[in-house]
Amino acid sequence: MSYYFTILSPTDVPLFNIAFGTSKSGGDGIARFRFPEAAQNTYMTQFIIHSSLDMLEEAQWMGGNMYLKHIDTYPPASSYISAFLTPSGTRFLLLHQPPQPNLPPSSSSGPGGGSMSLSVTSGMGSSGLFGGSGSSSGRASSSSIAANPTSPQTEEAVRQFMTEVYENYVKTVMSPFYRRGMEVKSPVFRGKVSAAGRKWL
Amino acid sequence: MSHPPRHSSMLSISNNVQTAATPSEKPLPPTQLQATSQTPPGLRVPSNRKTIYDRHLNRTRNGELSRASFAFLFGEMVTYAQRRVTGIQDLERRLNEQGYPLGLRLLDLLFYRTTSSTSSSALSSSSTSASPPNRPLRILPLLHLIHGPLWRQLFNRSADALEHSISPDTPNEYMITDNDPLVNTYISVPKEMNQLSCAAFVAGIIEGVCDGCGFEAKVSAHNQPSELWPSRTIFLLRFGDSVMEREKVLERAGVK
Repeated sequence: MSYYFTILSPTDVPLFNIAFGTSKSGGDGIARFRFPEAAQNTYMTQFIIHSSLDMLEEAQWMGGNMYLKHIDTYPPASSYISAFLTPSGTRFLLLHQPPQPNLPPSSSSGPGGGSMSLSVTSGMGSSGLFGGSGSSSGRASSSSIAANPTSPQTEEAVRQFMTEVYENYVKTVMSPFYRRGMEVKSPVFRGKVSAAGRKWL
Repeated sequence: MSHPPRHSSMLSISNNVQTAATPSEKPLPPTQLQATSQTPPGLRVPSNRKTIYDRHLNRTRNGELSRASFAFLFGEMVTYAQRRVTGIQDLERRLNEQGYPLGLRLLDLLFYRTTSSTSSSALSSSSTSASPPNRPLRILPLLHLIHGPLWRQLFNRSADALEHSISPDTPNEYMITDNDPLVNTYISVPKEMNQLSCAAFVAGIIEGVCDGCGFEAKVSAHNQPSELWPSRTIFLLRFGDSVMEREKVLERAGVK
C-alpha cells in the first residue's frame, strides 16, 4: 500500500506533500507506486490527486462533515482518494494505492517475518470481491486497510490519520509567523505527519 | 545583531547541533524522519526542546488574558494603525486588516477545540455546540457560529442580537449586535472622530471567519448608542453575490 498525502490551500496552492508506504503488517514505510513507467511516479500521483479537486468541490457543499471520506477513484492506477476539509477551506487529500493484486509485492527489503503476512494480504486483495475479508480476526482487520481501500476500517483509519494531521495543521496555523497560503516547511510537521502515517495507515 | 543573551545562547545550541549532525550523514528521506530523536540541520528549537507541535492546543482553552494588558495592547494597535492614515475609513480598514488573519486562525482553532471537547465532557457548559461540529454550509449556521461559539471564545459570552435586514433591497445584509464590546470599553474617541469605531478590528475577525468558511463578505462596525448601552455596536455583514446565489441553490437542494 502506497500513500501520497497533500495539503492544498483554499486557492489550490500546494502547501505540503509527502509520499509514504504502509507500516502495517510488515511494510517498511516506503512508497512504491506502480505506474507504467518509473519516471511517472513523481508526477502521476500529483496529477491524479489534483484531478479529484472537482469532486471535492462538489462534495464540499453537500455535507458539513470535515472528513469527506473516499471521494474519487482513478481506476487505471487503481488509486483511491480520500479528502478532509478544514473549516477554513484547506484541503487534505490522501491518495492510496493498494498493493498489486497479481505479483507478490516487492517487499524483499522488508523484514522476513512480515513478508509472509504481506503476501497473505495481497492474496486477499486479489479477490477484492470477498466481502468479509476483513471481518475475521484482529490481525486480518488491521491488514484489511491495505487490502480493501473502501472498507469501513480503511475509512476509519484514514479519518484518524486526517484528524491527527489536522491537529498539527492547526498548530502550524496558530503560529504568528504563518500566513495563509504559505508552504508548510517545518521538518517537525513532516515528522508528525509521517508518524501519523505509521500509526494509522 | 542585537540578540538578547537568551537568544544567543539558543543560537549557539542549535549551531552545535548542526555541526554535530552534518558530517555524520545526509538528511534522511522525509518518510523516515523521526521528529523527536533527530534534529534536522538548520532547525532551531527552543532550549527545552519543545516546538509548537509538542504543546497541547487545549491547554490555554480556559486561560484568560488580563483585561488591562489587552486594553494596553489594543490601544497600541490602534495607535499603530493610526500612523499615516488618510482618514477615518482608512483607519478602520487598517484595523479590519489586523483582525482578518485572526479570524482565519480562530476558525480552525474553534473547530479543533469543539471536536476534541466532545469526547471529554469537560466543556458541557456551552450548550449549543454539543454535537460534533459541522462546517457551516448556509448563512444562518455561519451566523450562529459567530454569534455563539466564536463570541464565547473571544469574549466569554454570546453576542446580544442577530438580525436580518428587513429591507427587501438588501437581503444579503445581516447584523450582529454587541451591547458593550470589550474593544471599545477603554477607547475614548475624540469628538471630531465620532464616526470611528475601533470595533472595526472585531469586524475584521468576523470577516476572516466568513471568508475562511467560503462566504465572501464585507463586515463593518457601526456605533449605535442607545440610552441603556452607550457603546452599543452593530456589526453589519454584507455577503457577496456569489454567496447569495449559492444560498439559493443549496436551499433548493435542501441542504441545511
